[in-house]
This record gives sequence, C-alpha cells and structure tokens, in this order.
Amino acid sequence: MSTTLNVLSIGPGVAIQDLGRPGAMANGLTRGGAADVLAVHEGAALLRQSHELACLEMVGFGGSFEAQDDMRIALTGAQMKANIDGTAVAWNASHSLPKGSVLNIGGTLSGTYGYLHVGGGIDTAPIMGARATHLSSGFGRLVATGDTLPIGRDGGHGTGDFLPLDKRFDGGTLRVVPSMQTERFSAEMRERFTQTDFRRDPRANRQGVRMDFDGPALEADNQLGIVSEVIVTGDIQIPGDGRPFVLMCESQTTGGYPRMGTVLPADMPRVAQAPVGASLRFDFITLDQARALQTRDIAMRAGLRNKVQPLLRDVHKMNDLLSYQLIDGAISATNAPLDKG
Amino acid sequence: MTQTPDPSSLPLIRTVGLSGILITFGHEMNDAANRAAIAFRAQIDTLDWPEVEETMSSLVSTFLRIDLVVHDPDPVMHRIRDALGDTDWLVAPLPKGRKRWQVPAVFGGERAPQLEEAADVAGMSTEAAIKGLTDTTVRVLTIGFAPGQPYLGTLPPEWNIPRLNGVTPNVPACSLVAAVRQLCLFPYATPTGWRHVGQTAFHPFFQDRDAPFALSPGDEIQFVQISPEALADIEANNTDGLGGAHWEAVP
Repeated sequence: MSTTLNVLSIGPGVAIQDLGRPGAMANGLTRGGAADVLAVHEGAALLRQSHELACLEMVGFGGSFEAQDDMRIALTGAQMKANIDGTAVAWNASHSLPKGSVLNIGGTLSGTYGYLHVGGGIDTAPIMGARATHLSSGFGRLVATGDTLPIGRDGGHGTGDFLPLDKRFDGGTLRVVPSMQTERFSAEMRERFTQTDFRRDPRANRQGVRMDFDGPALEADNQLGIVSEVIVTGDIQIPGDGRPFVLMCESQTTGGYPRMGTVLPADMPRVAQAPVGASLRFDFITLDQARALQTRDIAMRAGLRNKVQPLLRDVHKMNDLLSYQLIDGAISATNAPLDKG
Repeated sequence: MTQTPDPSSLPLIRTVGLSGILITFGHEMNDAANRAAIAFRAQIDTLDWPEVEETMSSLVSTFLRIDLVVHDPDPVMHRIRDALGDTDWLVAPLPKGRKRWQVPAVFGGERAPQLEEAADVAGMSTEAAIKGLTDTTVRVLTIGFAPGQPYLGTLPPEWNIPRLNGVTPNVPACSLVAAVRQLCLFPYATPTGWRHVGQTAFHPFFQDRDAPFALSPGDEIQFVQISPEALADIEANNTDGLGGAHWEAVP
C-alpha cells in the first residue's frame, strides 16, 4: 500500500533528491543528487532504511505537509524550525507523523540545505535510474503547492531517535587534494591560497559555491591558455576574477577555467552547508592522506546506525519539547570525528 | 612566468581529485589530440578493467573514473602506460561503430539571426558562409556543458572567429552556434557568447527517446540547408526529437 504526503504550501527551493545519476559523464551529465550527501546517510540511518531512497532537499524554507496515512519521517542537514500540528520537533531526529497530521517546516536556523526523509522514501518514477531533480539538465522540477508526493511502502519501524549533530554548518577548514592543474599555479599563488580567509559568497547554488576574499586575484600561469577539461565534484575553479568557485554535484561536466585542486569528498557537506558569510580556509593534503581520511569517512557513514540514540530514555514519557533540550545537550557533548585530521 | 609543459611528456597521465585518472594528448585543442583522446577511450572501453566505473573523452584527454580511495592510483597508472604502449595515438584510427549524421538546418534569417554577422567577422559572404557550414563534415569533438551537447569541428581556418564580447541572453533549443572553428548544438535554450548561425529541430538529448543521447564523440555531422517553412513542418511533427535527421554507419 503506497500513500502520499500532500504539499499544503512550499518554500521556493524544495526538490526531490537522492544520490544522483552516476555513469553519464560522457553524455555531459553530472551526477547531481543531494548537495549534502552525509545528510542523506543520516536520514537513512535514523529511519533504518536504504540510503538510496529519495527525500526532499529544502533551501531556506521548508513547507507544510499533510500525511495521508501514518508515516515516519526524519529531519537532517541544515536545522530548520519544525513542528507537527504545532508541537515543536527536534532536528536530526526521527518522528512519527500520524494520518491527517501536518508537518510544518519553516526557515533555516543554521546551514543551507535541510532534508525531509519519509519512511519508504519518495516514490516518484525514476528517470534514467534516479529520482534526483537536476534542474540545469531538465530532470524534474521544484516541488509545488498542491503536489501529492507518492511515498513508497515503509518496511521499517521505530521513531523518536536522534543522531548527534556535527559541526559542518558554519564553515571551517576544507582539505584539498592536488589535482591535474594544481601545478599551473605558482608556489607563491598556492601558498597565498592556503593562507587566505575566504567567505562563502551569496553567489552559490547546486552548481558551485563562490568563495570571496580580500586581496588580489588568484590566477594560474597562462590562465587563458588552458584547454577545456573534465570537472569532478569538489574542483576548485579559479575564474577570470580570481575568486574560487568550489564546484558542486550539479556542475557542468567540462570547463575551461583552471582548477587549484579538489576538495576532499568528506568535506563537501561542509562546503554545501556553509551559510553566506561563513569563514572558510583551504588546506592542501597529499593524495595518500586524502585516501586515508576518505576511508575513515566512509566507515563513519557506515557506522551511523550505531550512533542513533533514543530522544528520551523513557519512551513512554516522550515529550518533544523536552527532547529539544536533550538535543541541545547532545550538541555540546558531541565529539565530531570529521573535525579531526 | 609562463610555464610551458614539456611536449615530450605527452601523453600526460594525472590524477583528478580522488575521482579518476586523466590521460592528456595535447596542451591545446588540435584535431590529432582530439582523435587520440577518442581512440584511446575506445581502447580502454575494450579492455573493460573492473575498477573503471565510466570513461569520457574531453577535447584532448581521456578520463577514467576510478574510485582512488579504493584503488591505489600508482598500479593503475602503470597499466595505463602499458595500454598506451608504443602506439602513436595521434595517428590512431578512430573507433568503429561511429555514425554519420545528416541534420537539416535553417541558416540565417529570423531563425538564425547572427549568421550575417558571423560571416562578416570571418570575412566572407553569407552564401560562402552557408556553403562552408554545409560542405564541411564536422566531427563530434566532445560532449559536455549540458546533457548530450556536442562540440563540433573543426571548421576551416576562416571560421576562427572570437566569441562575442557580451552574451546573447537566450538562443533557442536546437540552435547551432559558432566560434573558434567550432560549432555547438544546444539541447536547451541558453545564454551564450557564441553566434547563432543555424537552427535545427535536432535534440541531442531527448528524455523520451529510446536512445536519449543521440551523439557520441567521433560521430560525424553534415548539415543540410532547408527553408524556414520546411523546418516548421519538421517541428510540427518531431515526435522522436531528431528533427528530420538521419544517420548511417561510418564505413
């Protein structure tokens, strides 16, 4: 029995996402999918279901959603104000959404991309193997008021759990692995790049995030003589104005601007979530270090289910307002493994 | 401080982030390097290495997507060197199985309003420009920027016209645009600095078609001039999105 989640109202930047469509680079199509892949894995861990199921990605503002039947939800990524029938609910947590109840998700409190996961996943018809919306390539569209989102059969059970929030929502240091064009930049230019305090610019979307800074332009030697070349997610492109763009999952597949290096995949959620004005630095690491760090990140993701904890010790006294306080406590007590190394 | 890479170092084998390995056959766009990139990609596809998740060719490089977290790049790069072998890839034949397309197009007039300007910049008459664009069989150099979008070349030297200083806010889907001895055929309406010289009804990417992506690098295209009325007829009944185009196998 499938059911629907009915959209009563919606923010201007809400779209269905999953982990995207790999395998079509040769056809000019980047993978796309969720901007914050870790948030997808967190939602899957909270609902104890596959991370391949589709969810809603919300930028800036969520919306109001009515459950046609009893369902389970989880909220991850950028924290947003949320309530169910007026009772505030915790972020980075799973909740039951009874038939007829209304989930309201308001404005963003920290970070950029928030995610709403539903038990069973959003079950729209896949296009070329995925449900991900890829607006620049004409796959899918933004969610609109009045939409009835089909929900797959929920084979799982259990709600009222949370995952400790990590610290990827306020900028920080991004680890960079050298790439094909790094040596087109002089040693002085690379040194200045790693010594510069960058600010996440308002010019940012699922294709790329601009990093502004005070100081003269960064540039490669023979900047204009570089032939158009393959782009991979995380590439740090230095365009003509010398301000880097970190290229995201929905970038073009090729580009003619030189690349300073590539942000470690484990740090891409931090790029995606940095709010406007957040302070960011870049730090070069070796390919061997990058491989080791990325291996740890993959293990961390695989272990997320073991980190899921009940919102309250006594589930019979579950009270969402109380749980909100517990979550706050959990944040300060969290030792985020991603912040090391 | 211009750093000129040593040409003798070609082909260059480099890692790309943690996403794969790039084999580069030229330091700038040239026809031989482009053919080499296409030919070597076909060779890699034939070898069918388990760690290669997908391949693509850009203008002068072959890219192998390989998870470098799981696979140590050094032995893979060694095997790539072995696969390159002693072959001079700059003169290697293009792979078999390529298609030669004939694509109807309107040149100039209201449907392609920048043809005259392009001809002026190239220093030729509009008639000579159309003859150049229809006589030359162009090759798909690479696919990129947007889904299925081909970069086509190489046009005769007089077509080495620069991009516009500004950007045309919107040229329609299936438009043919020219710059720097190349043509692009846009899958979607898009802003561009290239000049809009032709208009087709050929969708290089069409979701509902059995083969959504029509073209592959190495395919050849000859454009056939038709009237605006003929194009309108094709557009009115374009269920496969091919816009009246046909192909045959390259012998």
